Amino acid sequence: MINLDLLFQAAVYGLIIGSIYALIASGLTLILGVLKIINVAHGEFLMLAMYFAYYLFTGFKVDPFLSIFLIMPLLFFLGAFIFYLFIKPILKSQEINQILLTIGISIFLQNLALYLFTADYRTLNLSYSQKTIPIGNMAIGVPHFIAFIVSISFTFGFYWFLKFTNLGRSIRAAAQNREAAILFGINVDRIYLITFSIGAACLGLAGPLLATFYYVTPTVGTVFLLTAFVVVILGGMGNFLGAFFGGLLIGLTESIGAIFMPGSLSPVFTFVVFIIILLFKPEGLFGRQLR
Amino acid sequence: MKTWIESRILLFVLVMVTVMVLIPHLFTFSSYILHIFIMIFYFSYLSSCWNLLGGFAGQHSIGHSAFVGLGAYTSTFLFLKIGLNPWIGMVLGGVVAAMAGLFIGYLSFRYRLRGLYFVLVTIAFAEILAILFSNIRFLGGASGLVVPLKEESLLLFQFRSKVSYYYIILAMLTFIVLLSYLITRTRFGYYLIAIRENEEAARAVGIQVMDYKLLATSISAFLSAFGGTFYAQYTYFIDPPTVLGFGLSIEILIYPIVGGIGTVLGPVIGASLLYPLAEFTRTILGAKTTGVHLMVYGGILIFIMIFAPRGIVGLFHDMFPLRGGTEK
Repeated sequence: MINLDLLFQAAVYGLIIGSIYALIASGLTLILGVLKIINVAHGEFLMLAMYFAYYLFTGFKVDPFLSIFLIMPLLFFLGAFIFYLFIKPILKSQEINQILLTIGISIFLQNLALYLFTADYRTLNLSYSQKTIPIGNMAIGVPHFIAFIVSISFTFGFYWFLKFTNLGRSIRAAAQNREAAILFGINVDRIYLITFSIGAACLGLAGPLLATFYYVTPTVGTVFLLTAFVVVILGGMGNFLGAFFGGLLIGLTESIGAIFMPGSLSPVFTFVVFIIILLFKPEGLFGRQLR
Repeated sequence: MKTWIESRILLFVLVMVTVMVLIPHLFTFSSYILHIFIMIFYFSYLSSCWNLLGGFAGQHSIGHSAFVGLGAYTSTFLFLKIGLNPWIGMVLGGVVAAMAGLFIGYLSFRYRLRGLYFVLVTIAFAEILAILFSNIRFLGGASGLVVPLKEESLLLFQFRSKVSYYYIILAMLTFIVLLSYLITRTRFGYYLIAIRENEEAARAVGIQVMDYKLLATSISAFLSAFGGTFYAQYTYFIDPPTVLGFGLSIEILIYPIVGGIGTVLGPVIGASLLYPLAEFTRTILGAKTTGVHLMVYGGILIFIMIFAPRGIVGLFHDMFPLRGGTEK
């Protein structure tokens, strides 16, 4: 008989990690929807953001929840830099070349990190790491709780930004129809730059949040990237809201799956969901458009 | 003009194969140098298999390690548990990989969702296998499988000297290069290229697009699996990262991209230049600076994509264009 408390606890933790997946995937899906590029280096941006948070904490005693204000702009500019240097020249290339270019950036950054930071697993020892908030019969870790609140509110803010601001509308227009957007006077090149940078900035938020309860290592990005891919397909490629619900769903699946299976097998559940989606609803649960 | 160029490719292949057959007789190589040759042939072979699907048919798989791994695991597992001959295991592995190829090919081609979708599906599929195999106890889990040492014999696919492996992989490579050449000269190859260039147009002129894409996928998967068995018999050890990992998938496709995607010799040229370069940087920099040689790979990939997206063969064509002919 399954313990209901255990199930409930797993569901809550699933939603928490799911909100981080949603954050990572929304950056990925935004770039995919607007620039039509799969950014494989997305995982490495996340890894860098986590290292920034780690070193800001160990070196300067900056709390990771505060360092977000530094790391998000940093990642935004890193995104802009990478866009100018590498992405802009290949915007009109074949899609496989674009993917390979981002794979090149990913390999480079991952091994640069391996060289600079070594392969050691690092964790942050926050004063409140072990503190918990009791809710009913269970307890939620303080960092998890704050991370959840921050990521959910950011995602809603982001959605509002896309839906109701002029810049957000321009981004969605560029995603729907590049030519039409140009005809309506939208500077699509600038939109591409901004979109790519915002996609990176999402990781500037996800990185520090994740670093409060997850280890940092040079290959950490790959793990999250693969999950993010599944979330993106699940939600419909380029669909922002789809990425949000897809992220929560995958988080739940993984976490509840872990009750029934040994821990290291739990990612298999993610992929089983993925195969089922492929079989029955290949365009994703919520369709393909950036809405 | 074109036939002249192409028969020149064939001549070049024959000369190179002859030279490669003779080399171990003329010089005595250290086992390290021999190993490098073997690895170059091995990657040229796998990259050529990838090129059948990714280069000619334009369906870019970033999960080809799945097929290599299925081949390696099928033959090794059957050899370990029921003592099945590795050569038979090799063919069975090919069949398993081809079925897997048909499965994911069917799933992703079915709704005419192209390009990026197939890429994501192949990545995810290879990753599922890697996670599954790392966690299934009787498949060795994360610690992998060791091929039991029996006796030196061609029948058992086990040899004491590296030279025998050298010849086997050279033969496999020669086969795939000739097959690639043949494909570019047959109706099948033209169909694949038509599908790559414009799928709607290909369908409009009556090509069974789905059938040919699936055929290309299964042939590519079937042959890639052979590479997996070869690797298992050569190193006597397989584990999920070495035969199923994302890194292997990347390595398989980086060589054709650098050499020249969709060309007969591109994968071989890419592997022959890049593998020694990576090996060289690895040796120079020593074991202490892990990952630096991979940074070189990453840098090269970025550079090629921006400045020479059609690879070395493409650069060559730009420098010496065919007079009076059109490209491709």
